[in-house]
Parts: sequence; C-alpha cells; structure tokens
Amino acid sequence: MTFVAKPRTHHPLLQVNDLGLTRRDYEGSVSTLCAGCGHDSVSAAVVQACAELALPPHKFAKVSGIGCSSKTPSYFLGNSHGFNSVHGRMPSVATGANLANRELYCIGVSGDGDSASIGIGQFAHIVRRRINMLYLVDNNGTYGLTKGQFSATNDRGSTSKKGVPNLYEPIDMISMALQIGASFVARSFSGDKRQLVPLIKAGLLHEGFAFIDVISPCVAFNNHNGSTKSYDYIRAHSGSVVDADLIAPHDEITVDYDPGASEDVDMPDGSTLRLRKLAHDYNPHDRVAALHYVQRAQEEGEFVTGLLYVDPTASDCHEILGTTQTPLNALGEDELCPGNAALEGVNASFR
Amino acid sequence: MKATDIADPDYFHKVVDCQWACPAHTPVPEYIRLIAEERYTEAYMINWDSNVFPGILGRTCDRPCEPACRRVRTEEKPVAICRLKRVAADHKGDIAPYLPHVPRQKNGKRIALLGAGPASLAVARDLLPFGYEIDMFDRDPAGGGMMRSQIPAFRLPADVLEEEVDLIVNMGVNATYGYEITSMKEMLDMNYDAYFVGTGAPRGRDLDLPGRKEVDEHISIGIDWLSSVAFGHTTSISGKVIVMGGGNTAMDCCRTSQRLGAERVTVVVRSGFEVMKASEWEKEDAMAEGIPIINNRPPKEFVHENGKLKGIVFECVKPVEGENGRLKYVPTGEPDVFMECDHVLMAIGQENHCPWIERDIGLEFDKWDCPILDEDTLQSTNPKVFFGGDSAFGPENIIWASAHAHKAAISMHLFCQGKDLKADRPPEGVNLISQKMGVHQWSYDAEHDPSARFIVPHANRTKSLDNIKIEVELGFDKDLGLQEAQRCLNCDVQTVFTEKLCIECDACVDICPMDCITFTENEEEERLRANLMAPADNTEQDLYVSEILATTGRVMVKDEDVCLHCGLCAERCPTNAWDMQKSIVHIPQLGSFAEPIAAG
Repeated sequence: MTFVAKPRTHHPLLQVNDLGLTRRDYEGSVSTLCAGCGHDSVSAAVVQACAELALPPHKFAKVSGIGCSSKTPSYFLGNSHGFNSVHGRMPSVATGANLANRELYCIGVSGDGDSASIGIGQFAHIVRRRINMLYLVDNNGTYGLTKGQFSATNDRGSTSKKGVPNLYEPIDMISMALQIGASFVARSFSGDKRQLVPLIKAGLLHEGFAFIDVISPCVAFNNHNGSTKSYDYIRAHSGSVVDADLIAPHDEITVDYDPGASEDVDMPDGSTLRLRKLAHDYNPHDRVAALHYVQRAQEEGEFVTGLLYVDPTASDCHEILGTTQTPLNALGEDELCPGNAALEGVNASFR
Repeated sequence: MKATDIADPDYFHKVVDCQWACPAHTPVPEYIRLIAEERYTEAYMINWDSNVFPGILGRTCDRPCEPACRRVRTEEKPVAICRLKRVAADHKGDIAPYLPHVPRQKNGKRIALLGAGPASLAVARDLLPFGYEIDMFDRDPAGGGMMRSQIPAFRLPADVLEEEVDLIVNMGVNATYGYEITSMKEMLDMNYDAYFVGTGAPRGRDLDLPGRKEVDEHISIGIDWLSSVAFGHTTSISGKVIVMGGGNTAMDCCRTSQRLGAERVTVVVRSGFEVMKASEWEKEDAMAEGIPIINNRPPKEFVHENGKLKGIVFECVKPVEGENGRLKYVPTGEPDVFMECDHVLMAIGQENHCPWIERDIGLEFDKWDCPILDEDTLQSTNPKVFFGGDSAFGPENIIWASAHAHKAAISMHLFCQGKDLKADRPPEGVNLISQKMGVHQWSYDAEHDPSARFIVPHANRTKSLDNIKIEVELGFDKDLGLQEAQRCLNCDVQTVFTEKLCIECDACVDICPMDCITFTENEEEERLRANLMAPADNTEQDLYVSEILATTGRVMVKDEDVCLHCGLCAERCPTNAWDMQKSIVHIPQLGSFAEPIAAG
C-alpha cells in the first residue's frame, strides 16, 4: 500500500490527446494494492490505451466484482462511471449497463477467483450473450486477498509459497471464451505493455464481446520458484502468436511487414488493426484451430499470448436483439409508452 | 550505453543541481531540510563551513544555484535558496560550540594575506585551526573588502557584515588596516612561508569619450563612489544623475543616489534589457523604486559648457543576431538623444589591477594582465604566492571567492608542509546512505509540495528611500521560511537502483509521475534518449543506465532531468531494487578533512 499520493505534477513534454487531455487525466485514485502487483500495470495499460485513443472518460462504464482485481477500476479513469458489484456478478451488472446505454464503452475487470470460481456461470453466459464490452481478467492463479490459496486457474503441479503442489486441473478461460462465442479473444502479460496496450485498444473498439486474459503475477503469494504464474516463469514460458497494432485513422502506416505474415482488419472507428503473425501456421480467424493450438501449448507448459482469435464481422447482443440505435436510457416517455393503440397492435400480433 | 558508475562522486553530485552549480558546492538540500526542522543553527553552520559568509551571501549572493534548481524544469520558479540561507542566518542561535578550535601553540609557519576581502578571510578561516600565524593587510580602514566598500547598507546591513567578518578576524588574524601595499617585492622580503593575494578587482573602467576630461569633476567611477559612501566620505549627491552600465554595481549606484538626495536618477545601458549583467532581482528592485532603465543607448559625447556638465548624447541602436549567433548592435537610424544630467556614475565594469606587483620577481602575468595560475592549486609562477577571488581570474563574486579560498588553503597547507600540491590533495568522495526508516517511512519529507515560490516582504518604500541604512528586503520570517523550505525537492536523496533485485514488474514505471523510468533494449545514447517513456531532450542531464537485467536482457534507464525525488519508485518497488539514498558529496576542504591531513 502506498500512502504517498502520486503528485499531479507531470513531465513538461507529456503529450496532450485530441480531447486536450494527458495520460495523467485518465488515472484514478492511488492504488492500495501490494507494491509490485501486476494488476497495477494492467490499470496503467488501460490508462495509456484510453489516453492514446482519446476516448472521453465520461463515456465509460467500469464494472467489477470482488477481489484484488476488482479493486482496480478505482485506480484508472477517475472521471468515469463505475460499479463495484457483488462477487462473481460483474457480468450481470455489465449486461444491464450495456443494455441501458449502448453508447458507453464498457470495461469489466475481474479476477480468476471472481470469474473462474464463484462467477463462472455468469462468465459463461455473458460470453454467450456477446455483450459489447471489454472483459479483462487479471489472472494470477491465487486468492491474494485471502492470503494465497490456489485459485481455479492455478496449474496442476504448481506449488504454493510453502511448496505444497496444486492437485487439480486448471480452468482455462481462453478455451472457454473461444468455445462459447467470444468474438475477440486475447492473452497477455501485465509485464509486457507493448503487447497489452494495443490489445486493450483493439478490445475497446471491437464491436462485440472482447476478452483478454491478462496473466498478472501476485508478488505477495504467487511469485516464487514453484509458481507457473510468476514474473520469471511467464517470461520464460510465453510466446506471442499474433501481435496486434492499432493504427489510428489519421496515422500514416509506415512499417511494412512481409505480406504473408500480416493482415489488416478495419475497425469500426476507421482505424486499422494490423495483425502480425509470429507463428506462421497460426490463423487468428479459425476458432477451432485456435482452441487446439492453445490447448496443445498448455499441455506443454507454455502460454500462448497475443490476439488469439478475432471475428470482425460478429454481431453483438444489441444486434441479436434488434434493439433501437438510440440508447434505451435516452428514450422519452412517448417512445417507451406509445399508448393504447400500439399496445393493442402488439397484443393482436400474438392472437 | 555503458552502465552508470554511481561510485563516481560527480554522478550524483550533478543530480543535486544547486550544489553542482554553487562554486563552493554548498550542500543546499541538506541545510534546507534543517531549516524545515527549525534547526537554524545547524543549517547556518553547514553554510558557514562551505561558503563562509552565510548571512552576507543570504543577502547578496549571485545565486548561480537558483537558475540551476530542478524546480525551474518541473514548473517555473526555483526554490528561494538564497533567502533560505538568510533565514538560517537570521534565526540561528549560539554558534560558538560549533566553531573550530584554534590552537594557541602555533605550528611555526607564517602566512601573509594581502587584502581583507572575502577570499583572504576565508583562507584565514581554513588555515587558523591548523596553527598558522596569519597576518592580513588591507588599505581600507576595516576588513571585508568589496563586501564593505561596494555593497550598500540597504542591501547588506553593517551589523550582518561585521558579525561574519569579525568572527574570522577574532579567531586570531593579525589584521593591519590602512596599509597600502605598494610593492610585492617588499612583501616577499618579509619572508612569510606563503602569501595569498586577495586584492580583488579594484579598478573601475572608464570611458574615453569626447568631453570626458573637461567634465572630470562631475564624473565618478561607480565602485570608488560606492566605497566613499560606505566609508562616510560621500553623504549626498544632487541634481540629475545618470548611471552608465547594466551590472549590479550600476543598480547599487542608482539606488544609492536616490537615497542620497538625487533629484532624478536614470540608468542608461548600451545593450538590451535581457542581456544586462545585473541579477534579475536587482533590476526588479531598482525599477520598483521608480528608477528608469533605458536600454540600447551607447554614449557618444559628454556635453559641457564652461567646464560644467550639461548632459550626454546617446546613440540609438538595436540588437541584431550576428553570424556567430552573438548579438551585435546596429544604429536604428533615429536621431541621437541628449539627456540632461549634473553627475555621471560610471559602472561599466571593473578589472584586476596589480601595479604594485613588480614584473621581475618571478610572478608572471598573461596578456590580459591576470596572473598566470595553476587552476587546480591557484599557485602562481612564484611557488610561495597564491591567488584567489577577483584578483585570480577577474571579477566574479563572493561565492567564487569562498570557493577559491578553500582550494588555495589546501594548496598553502600542503606547500607549507612540504607536500605535493597535486598528488597529496584530498580526493572528492561520495557516501550513499539509505533513507528508509520502515514501511512507507522515509527520513526525508518525500511528498511533493506543489506550492508556488513565496514572495519575500520588503520594508516600507518611503522609509527605506529616505535612509540608506534601512534594509529593503526583510527576509522570510520563520513561517514563510518553513513553507519555502518545503518546496525543495531533496535532490540529494537519490534514486539508487540494484539490478540483481529487480523483477521487472513495471511498478516503478507506472507510478513515476514524471515518466523518468524506462525498461528497454540498450542502445546508443542518442537513440535511447529519443525512445524513453518521455523524450530526454535535456542533454545536460544524465541518463542513469543499469547493467543488463538477467531475465529480459533489457536495461533500466532513468532520465535524471525532471525526477521529483518523491521516492514513489522505491515506495512501489516490491523487492527494494529501488532505494532512496542520501548522497553526501565530500568536497575537499581543509576544515572537513582536518584530522587525516594534519596527521599525514
């Protein structure tokens, strides 16, 4: 925990975005997480991504559940809407928020406990419903807030701080998300902002359910030699298959890659998502193959990172339901209560 | 880039911008912290140790430290370092217990100090505790040199001056005042073991313009005139006065004239306002007293009638940037201007001038008539004779005189002990001491204070313009002093990085408010500077580069430029790879190295 607040003073050359805001304007209150917690780096990556995209902070809904991860929305986007909900129930609140106001950028932050244990049912169904949001899991394989019990994502054989091995199979949230309909699936590492920031940007702009599993080491309870989610282990055992770069509409595309190894995807806001394939046999649009690849690697004790699957044409919940383009919370009384005649018409259609 | 060698005393010394810029390398943040703890006496003694005249300098220093202050780069206005020095002097208690012991038993070596100004006094202070017998000679009736003769009382009250001058003289200097030195040969015949020449730059420049000779009695040389005011020979000036020149002497001349009864005072400067040599605050104070400063007007001619000065004709010029980037002045084409005046004070510079040093005694001078000296030892070509202050390299200021004095005192001591002046000099050094007291506890006030610079109160203007002895600046009281002290960033509490402890979690990168820290692939300095979290454009400030980190092969690079020394990197570091450590730079000085040298 830090008691000394971060001074407001910033670098004299700090960049100002199109909204006239600096990166510092996207920060939240001072973090009370342990020093060195990966989650703080994820928050910093969200701050950087939102600032670089020049998205208006008041157009965000931040939702979370319970746990170390779920405290983090307080530490970014201090001028946004936020809801710190019940354990494992963030997806319900996020669904409500998105249905009520489809114009908000919705960021849900959850942890491996919140999403893979108590909230796994909620998680599965928000993926199915394809809510248009960015769902971040700060995945550290441990219950840090209750002093380091194994979580459901902890690998079998990985040990506790005292050396006791975990006896159960892990839940792989990437595989689950791929299986049940997420249209944007990525994995990254809190210690690699070069990879994480573009993924967060792309996930925010993606129309549909975007899921990023961020391996985010717990320095207090799961950063030791027997852990498979320590800083050192992740650095030694992870590799990117597809790197993503988000190129803003007004930016000139300067870097050229080998044509076979890169692909441009148009994003809804006019920007370009450039995918760079680092594994030549990998296809980020083939859901089944991706699933196979990820699971095979996991079998070998390796973490596959990068943008694992993306379907730019997928529909989101509002499209599936055919709701009006106007956010529901902006509809007036006349639209919401169209009168007896309209009701008669609806009733008649069921007769 | 090569990994930074933090054992090099210069590395962290440079990070303490104020201390690095100070010729005497006063440990500024250290004494400011003591002021914040209301330990004024200790704060004063730290100053006394390194710059010798804290009360005087707290009012009159040229303040090279202030433009160097990091706060100029992180916001705009520097910490009011000079005024804080005065706070220490104004509020100090009894310093007697802290003073060095001067042995009654002398060591048998005799030293002659020529001139009783700041340089000579500081040499005396450094040498007396070693048992030297010290004789000091000066032509003025009292000690202090230019501090007494050229700085008017409304900037430096006599009691402040006398306290610090007398302190040294009373340590056991045999002072002979009113002694005009006319021959160096004669001095050398007195057979002292070593001589220190601290006679300043006593000759004010003059201008040879048409009419100059005819109006001689209406023209005074600025420093001579100020001196005659200081010693009470001149008590008034009447009519319209023109002060020529743009330095601090000009400012003192115009403000003194105003107080001595001049009907109207005008400063006329040949160059532009921005490039005037006078300190910013001296110009401000003069203008605040209603004195006009007229720029870009080189004088052409003194106009006189029957031997009486009527005024001066000035040319109108404007500055143009020359080919080499230097300003040159070209006529604007406007007609010349005539300004009426009854008296002219000439403050257009001064130079060292030693007509009393014979040129056939093995003491050589260069083509600018400055003595040829070894810059490291300040020894002249006559091995017995050392120089310091303005008489060494031309006009500087008091703080340079203190710095020279420390250097010369070491040399003179080594010389008298028959040691090598270079090989046996004590080296510079640095100590690093962790400031961690416990979890979230640092022994310095790490929190950044965003307050703007506090304004120092002035005396009532009507009263102070009426009496030359009323000090204009009142100085900070204790409360304002405490508040201003909080603005200091504690740049001497360094961010020290230990590679082998780092797990590269990025916590420091994320928390740093100034984006100083980057983990990246190592490159050449130029490329590295461009590719950091924030561009490191200020090449005068170093990059702190770590050894290669074991896990990723990257390096940690910290741009020292705008670091607030808030300690958040260390606060956020889970492994103590970052620590806040106070750097104590050891600047060789006789006093602080007393035992080792004396024993040797």
